[in-house]
This record gives sequence, C-alpha cells and structure tokens, in this order.
Amino acid sequence: MHSVVCIKQVPDSAQIRVHPVTNTIMRQGVPTIINPYDLYAVEEALRVKDKVGGKVTVISMGPPMAEQALRKALSFGADRAILVTDRAFAGSDTLATSYVLASAIAKVAAEEPVDIVFCGKQTIDGDTAQVGPGIARRLDIQQLTYVAKLERLDLDKREIAVQRRAEGGVQVLSTKLPCMITMLEGSNEIRFATMDDMFRAARANVEVWGADTSGVEDKTQCGLKGSPTVVKKVFAPKPREEKAEMIESRDKAPAEIAASTIEVLAAADPALAAEFGPRPPAGA
Amino acid sequence: MAEHFDAIVVGAGPAGSAAAYTMAKAGLSVLQLERGEYPGAKNVQGAILYADAVADLIPDFREEAPLERHIIEQRMWMLDDRSHIASHFRSENFNEEEPNRYTIIRTQFDKWFSSKVREAGALLICETTVTDLMKDEKGRVVGVRTDREGGEITADVVILAEGVNALVASKAGFAPTPNPENFALGVKEMHFLPQDVIEQRFNIGEDEGVVIEAIGTVTQGMLGTGFIYTNKESLAVGLGCMVSDFAHSGITPYDLLENFKQHPSVKPLLAGSEVKEYSAHMIPEGGYKAMPKVFGDGWMIAGDTGQFVNSLHREGSNMALTTGKVAGETVAALKREGKPMTEANLARYRQTLNDSYVIKDLKKYRELPGILHRNKQFVTTYPQLMSKAMESWFRVDGIDKRTKEKSILKSFLSARSFTGLIGDAIKVARAIR
Repeated sequence: MHSVVCIKQVPDSAQIRVHPVTNTIMRQGVPTIINPYDLYAVEEALRVKDKVGGKVTVISMGPPMAEQALRKALSFGADRAILVTDRAFAGSDTLATSYVLASAIAKVAAEEPVDIVFCGKQTIDGDTAQVGPGIARRLDIQQLTYVAKLERLDLDKREIAVQRRAEGGVQVLSTKLPCMITMLEGSNEIRFATMDDMFRAARANVEVWGADTSGVEDKTQCGLKGSPTVVKKVFAPKPREEKAEMIESRDKAPAEIAASTIEVLAAADPALAAEFGPRPPAGA
Repeated sequence: MAEHFDAIVVGAGPAGSAAAYTMAKAGLSVLQLERGEYPGAKNVQGAILYADAVADLIPDFREEAPLERHIIEQRMWMLDDRSHIASHFRSENFNEEEPNRYTIIRTQFDKWFSSKVREAGALLICETTVTDLMKDEKGRVVGVRTDREGGEITADVVILAEGVNALVASKAGFAPTPNPENFALGVKEMHFLPQDVIEQRFNIGEDEGVVIEAIGTVTQGMLGTGFIYTNKESLAVGLGCMVSDFAHSGITPYDLLENFKQHPSVKPLLAGSEVKEYSAHMIPEGGYKAMPKVFGDGWMIAGDTGQFVNSLHREGSNMALTTGKVAGETVAALKREGKPMTEANLARYRQTLNDSYVIKDLKKYRELPGILHRNKQFVTTYPQLMSKAMESWFRVDGIDKRTKEKSILKSFLSARSFTGLIGDAIKVARAIR
C-alpha cells in the first residue's frame, strides 16, 4: 500500500497582515503552516498505513522554504518527502500546478506503484479545490472529492469505499484503486508526533526535485507560461456608507443597556417592534 | 531507541541559542528543545539588541541578521499627566561603521539566530515541551523528559534557558517559586506607520532610530517605565510595571497602555498608525538578590531563568546571550579536558560570570529593586513636582523670578520635607552606587 499525499505550505491566515500603506499582503514575519485541509490528508494516509502497512510519500510544490512543511509531515510519520521546486514553476495557477504535481507523482509511481493520492479538499490561500481533481484527471485515475470517511479498503479486490459529503446528504461511493481522494475538514485529527519521529524528521533529507528532475516533460505547461489564469486586479471592498450606531454602556446596568439596545432596534424596524408588542420603558 | 547527547539546551531564545551555538561550534553533539512552533514564537521584547554581545558570538552578524534601525538618539522622559520633561542624547558618533544598539523584531531575529545554530550543527526540535528533568539516584541531572511519546532523552549536561517562566527549573527545585515583587509585566503594541512618516516624526534618517524611555505618572503610582522604539515601519509602544503593583492596584495592563497612548506627549507620535500586534510578557527584575543558584550536578541556568536582567539599564537580551555563551564555553572546555559535568566543575560558569559585566552590574544595583519598591515617590511625586516647577519657570506671567523660586522650593518641601528630600537623595545614591 503506497499513498502519496500532496501538501502545500501556506501563510497562517490567522496571523496574516496587510501592509497599511500598500494594501498588499506582508509575507515577512508571517508564520507558515501546512495547509490545514492537507493535514487531514496526511493523517488519513498515515491511518491507512497503520492499518494495512505500506508507505506514505509526501510531495509539495513550492519555494525552497516549503521544506519545513515536508519535514513536519515526516515528523507525523511520513516515510519519504519530496520538494518539487524550481524558478520555472513560479507563478503556476491550478492548471500548471496539477501538471507539475501529476508529473512528479507519475515519476514516484514509476519507482513504486501508487495506490491512493491524498489531497486536502482545497488550500486556504487559493480556495479553488481544483488541484486535486486536476491531478486525478492528468493521471487518469478515479477521484473521490470531499471525503469525510474511508469506509472500506479491500486490497485483494483493490477496491475502496468512502463517505462523501454532498449537498443535502452523504454519498457512499466505491471505486477501484488507484484513486485520488480529497479529504474534508474534521474527518480526523492529526496525531501528536512521537519523539522518535521528531528526531527522524529533524535529521531527514528532504529530496529536492527541479524542473529537470521532477518528471516534467513539457516545460511550457509549467509556471507563468502554463498558467492561463490571470489575476486582473486585487482590491479591498469599499466600506459601506452606513455608520454603526454606538450605544453608550459606561456606568449603566445590563438591563438598561439591553433596554436601550431594544429601543434602537425597534426604531430601526417598526414592523419587528410591532410583532413583539409593547415593551417596558428603558430603565424600568 | 534512546538518544544521548553531550548537551541538551532547553529553549531557543537568545540564551539557549547562544549556548547551543557555542557548544555546536566546539564540535559537541547538541540537542535544543523549544516548545514554540519556531524559535521566537514565544518571545516578546521591545526590542533593543545590544550589538556587543551578538558580535561576541557572530562577529559579522550585521551583514545578515534582520535589524531594523540603529539607535542614534536616546530620550529620557519624566511625565506627569499633561507634560513631559526630557533629556535627549543624540550623537553622530552613533552613526558608526558598527553601531552599538539596534531595534529588532524578535520573531525575525530569533529565527535568524537559530538558523546559525543549526548551521553550526546543533539539532533543533520545536513544538516539544520539556516537562521535567531526569535525575539519577544521587540527584544528578542526566536528561530531560518531554511531552512526546518516547520523550526521555539523556545528556551529560542540561542547560536551562527556558525564559522568565521557569517551569522546569522551578519543578526541579532549582529556581524558587516566583515572587510577584521580582517580576515586571510588560505590555506592548506594534503601531505601523510608513517609513517616511516615522523618519519625519522622529527627525531621523534612513536606518536611524530613536529610543524613548518614560517614567512618571503614566504608571499610575506603580513601579515601571514606558517606552517607544522606532522600527523601520513600525513603532513599538509599551509599558512595564511590577506584577506585585498590578496585583495591589487592580489596574489592568491594557488600561495602563491605553492611557499611555493618550498622553499628550505620546499621542501625536502615534497619530494615524495602525495597530497590528499586541503582546505581553514577564520580565525578571528582582536583580542580584533574586538570582537563584545557576549551576549544579549536570545542569546550568542561563538568561531570564537565572534573573539575569539589569532593569535600570533595560539590559536583558545581552545578558542572556553572554550567560548562554559562557555556559556553552564552560561545557566545551570541560569536554575538552575530559572532565565530568559535576557541580564542582560547572562552578567555573559562575566564576566566569563573576568576572564579567553580568554579575558586576547586577551586584552594583542589588539594592535598587528593594529601594524602588519602598519609595514610589520617584515615579509619582517627583515627576509632578518637576513638571510644575518647569511650567512655573517658563511661564511669563508678571511674577518675579525670586518669588517663583521660593514657591518651587516650597512645593518640594511641603511634598517631601527637608529630611525627606535629603533621604531620597541618599536612597538614589545607594540604589545606583
């Protein structure tokens, strides 16, 4: 059983800062994390390995610093980490990214067949949810997206069944291996690494593959050249004209504050006020 | 698989990284454990970096370390509610080839410093909390326990550089239970402003920086200081007061900081800025008398854990770097000589510190914390008296100067009495002699 997990290093959106002058995102000093959805993919791959044995390979395409994310994946228990990095890949959109990752996975699979490719359902910086399906399409394997749970894995029949969260319900789908799965948030919880795995990760060598070594055949499909998506404009939405109404609360009892709040709401929406009927006067 | 190292360093702040760097450079096998997500994740400082202590370790650090501005001007403010009296020292001599003090952003600096430690060959493991020390039957420290499965790791010596909140040292009985009188609580905000606005507002050129230290009624009767430091595109604004005073007064740190920001001398400096970060941290300010024993069989303490802070001069990170380095050098020397890490041998650490500025300075100010604790007039009455005196002196209002002198003298005498004034002068002399 060999799983490949695709992970991405993203800025920690909880701690992101926007430059007050230029309105651009300040990358400096913002901590980076493994895309949170990808952690569910890592954990699910590790659980499969715990259950049926085998191997977990993690792959990331990104700048050299993405090595930290891969090292962290190793500390959770992944066996092999590959960083796909090259200036030629910079500026890739989802089409180009899925091309590079699919090429790298194909190269891994040539050495050692891959049964499942795990991805997070989407990244928190791009939010497209396109790379996982893109990889599946390019590798010509089945895809199971938005998976909440792996129900059954039959290695003899080479079959897998999963619960897929869909609008209005849960679908139970099964397919043949190999396949690509994107994991949903909350589907599991990433483990707390053991001390041995921490040591192994701290000492491990993360393999680095460049444009010439990552199995990419057509370089025009990578990076900016291979990316038809164009970001035309980035802007902050204009604040609305309406002003917030401040209700003075200093030195007032909670009941008083509540009463004046209701007063203000009632004034703004008479229909709603009528529905509630008469009210005691403020301060009563 | 049990791991064994020549040395384990607990913490990846300045003290821990200085120790790990020194030992790794000397060829020792070093494990450094940090509970934060990355080095610097848990650290809060103003922050001023003292170049001397860094250059001692990495002479050419100026070429690559993330530095904000070098300090060319020091402003000391004495505030009452509406005024400030200031002494400014600005010198072109501080625009030297190798400047002496810099403002830094600690998360960035600590990350960089840690990268040097790893380059030197130390093994760094983050997000791992040391929960306890492992001791043998004779009570000698032989390793650490962490919060991870299989987390017992042994070493010839453990250097505790876990910062001000010395949980491991306390648990092991090496540091006393913290006394609120020995700690300050600092609160800080980062106010972002465009670089040119900062440079115009503070009358400085590119890369030049200003430090403002303020005492007076802004601490509302508590012992402490306020500060404003200029970074490249931000101002660090904060206050620190003794934990015991916060507890006693019931004043909240954020209210105190809000008031400081509203002070008429501070407000214009911050106008138009955007707050992007706020943080708080404890600072060990008990001085020499609050210092625990800093070495024993198989262990040493460096940095804030050992109360190595000169509160009057706002020096702490330099002492952390120096104590970490000396601790590392002590271990490296003993290894070289083939000697065990016994209490008697590690005493060399303390002896070296005794001969350095670290212990000399802490000893010089050993009476300061006690005297200040008992004499809050230095941060309340005097700033008010001084402000009133200055205001009267500069106001032109038809009153003759002799009468003004008399009324100023009278205000001092009625507030502190003649013997009180003499007594305060003696106290100041004793505190800083």
